[in-house]
Amino acid sequence: MPLLEVKNLRVWYPIRGGILGRRIGWVKAVDDVTFSIEAGQTLGLVGESGSGKSTTGKAILGLAHISAGQILFEGNDITDSARRNRSPYRKSVQMVFQDVYSSLNPRKRVLDIIAEPLRNFEKLTKAEEKKRVDELLSIVGLTSDAAVKYPFEFSGGQRQRIGVARAIALKPRLIIADEPVSALDLSVQAQVLNYLKDIQKELGLAYLFISHDLGVVRHMCEHLAIMHNSRFVEFGTREDIYSSPTHIYTRRLIAAIPDIDPLKRDENNRRRIEVAKEYTDRREDYYLDSTGVYDLKKISATHMVALP
Amino acid sequence: MPKVSEALLEIKNLHTSFRIEGQYYAAVDGVDLTVFKDEVFAVVGESGCGKTAMALSMVRLHNINYTRMDGEILFHGSGSGRPQDILKLKGAELNKVRGGHIGMIFQDPLSALNPLHRIGQQIEETLVYHTDLDKERRKARAMELLENVGMTDPALTYTQFPHELSGGMRQRAMIAIAISAKPDLLIADEPTTALDVTIQAQILDLIRALKKEMKSSIILITHDLGVVAEMADRVAVMYAGQVVETAPVTELFGNPRHPYTRSLLHSIPGAAGGENRLHTIHGAVPDLRGLPRDGCRFSRRTPWMPGDAHEAVPTYHEVGPGHYVLCTCYKTFRFEE
Repeated sequence: MPLLEVKNLRVWYPIRGGILGRRIGWVKAVDDVTFSIEAGQTLGLVGESGSGKSTTGKAILGLAHISAGQILFEGNDITDSARRNRSPYRKSVQMVFQDVYSSLNPRKRVLDIIAEPLRNFEKLTKAEEKKRVDELLSIVGLTSDAAVKYPFEFSGGQRQRIGVARAIALKPRLIIADEPVSALDLSVQAQVLNYLKDIQKELGLAYLFISHDLGVVRHMCEHLAIMHNSRFVEFGTREDIYSSPTHIYTRRLIAAIPDIDPLKRDENNRRRIEVAKEYTDRREDYYLDSTGVYDLKKISATHMVALP
Repeated sequence: MPKVSEALLEIKNLHTSFRIEGQYYAAVDGVDLTVFKDEVFAVVGESGCGKTAMALSMVRLHNINYTRMDGEILFHGSGSGRPQDILKLKGAELNKVRGGHIGMIFQDPLSALNPLHRIGQQIEETLVYHTDLDKERRKARAMELLENVGMTDPALTYTQFPHELSGGMRQRAMIAIAISAKPDLLIADEPTTALDVTIQAQILDLIRALKKEMKSSIILITHDLGVVAEMADRVAVMYAGQVVETAPVTELFGNPRHPYTRSLLHSIPGAAGGENRLHTIHGAVPDLRGLPRDGCRFSRRTPWMPGDAHEAVPTYHEVGPGHYVLCTCYKTFRFEE
């Protein structure tokens, strides 16, 4: 049984208009998205801004309104918010945010930031709590004197590690990581990614790793979903996506990644222009009415593509 | 590489210092650089290394109330016969160079564009200052510029406000403003950092095409080594206010020498393949006030290296044609096991 199953998830927002404020249409932020994550695995969710990848993550956490569909966690239906709140789900799923400056309360000490989830769900004495916080800090490579400091005293990478420590405080099973390293410099990004991988091994965590950086995703994720226009256009293993990208959108995305070998510059440019041309010229072959994404079709045991 | 290397911009011993609590701290600390005509010169480094401080010095956009700049920035623009020292220019002369001979593209087009003015107006503003076109010709030129930067409907964009455009379109509008006076030099500070990868590719293509057409030079400031590999002819790597390595682009990626450059290239995810741990650099980029001012500034990030690997006063060493490295530690550097 998969850890998390998302079935035909829809997040639609009404557009209201006219003097009566009647509904005149829908903004389909997420439209019929289905996937599952096994315990201890990482699923990467890739797409451009506005493709609905963050909304998918938020809907799973209950931070976005679910219009239709079903979310099962360890086989239990937690689509309904009342049921979600009663179950251990709240403890088992945590989030790591992109913006390390706005996701930590500037007026709280690190101790209070990390202990907040513990105080909500576990009754610990002051001494036990301090011990747990110290443990958590050491997992993310910070010393225990960090506990009495405030967020502004830390660099971006350290802040993100505090965010990770808070997310793992309740020993969750799944972490939704929404662009966790996008705001960080290269060497700092490497540190945070290494910690995320170590913690995953140690605690058997599963990640839903949301990112637009295909290099980072390739490093982190065994499985990938490519999202475009609120739907999945391709789903498969890392090898499926990087070695045989099939949907034109995926191919365009992969072709657009700058290569770090300057000798391949011309070759890359040529390929990118070819793919971009195909993307504009042959849209009808891949999209319904040139914007709608088709339903996913299996083309191998692990690889699914949205083709007519 | 351009065949005839004629200097366009020469930076000599530039120091840019910011005042913090009454004391000045150099964010750019003794930089010497030459940008040639008709080339793309990239400056890379992590945040806090002084890239942007240097770029803003080139157009003197720093607030002089708390910034001090020393050194020379000689600009061999098409405007005058002899080189001008940008740091010594007076108001009117400076404004002629800035925007006229040197154009700027900033990272965040939403805050760089005026939210209350239409795109057309903002392009024409530059034309008012830097050309002698009349009103009608300015409008025609603005339309032409919007078309040049790939706007699908120039007439519509002309009348739109920045908030009505997408990120990529805004960046195109800003490029239109930057190139409106046909500058000799375009300074692009993280031009694609806020954009999606497909849009990034389009903007880079555009910059490349414009460069070819206008035969101008580009200083590309970025932290993205992929963008550097795609765009640059020559590269300078900055660390803690200094240039630690300069090299032609193929040389820099094929044969990086300075420990910092090598560490950066080593920590790119996806390059080494999936399962390995990523390389990390020991410690963090020091903040401006805590910057080590003597000896090799990168030595603190490589504590396993013996002290005598570094020079007491680091100097540049030529390791290949046009390839310079700061300090001797490159000779014995190896990654920590």
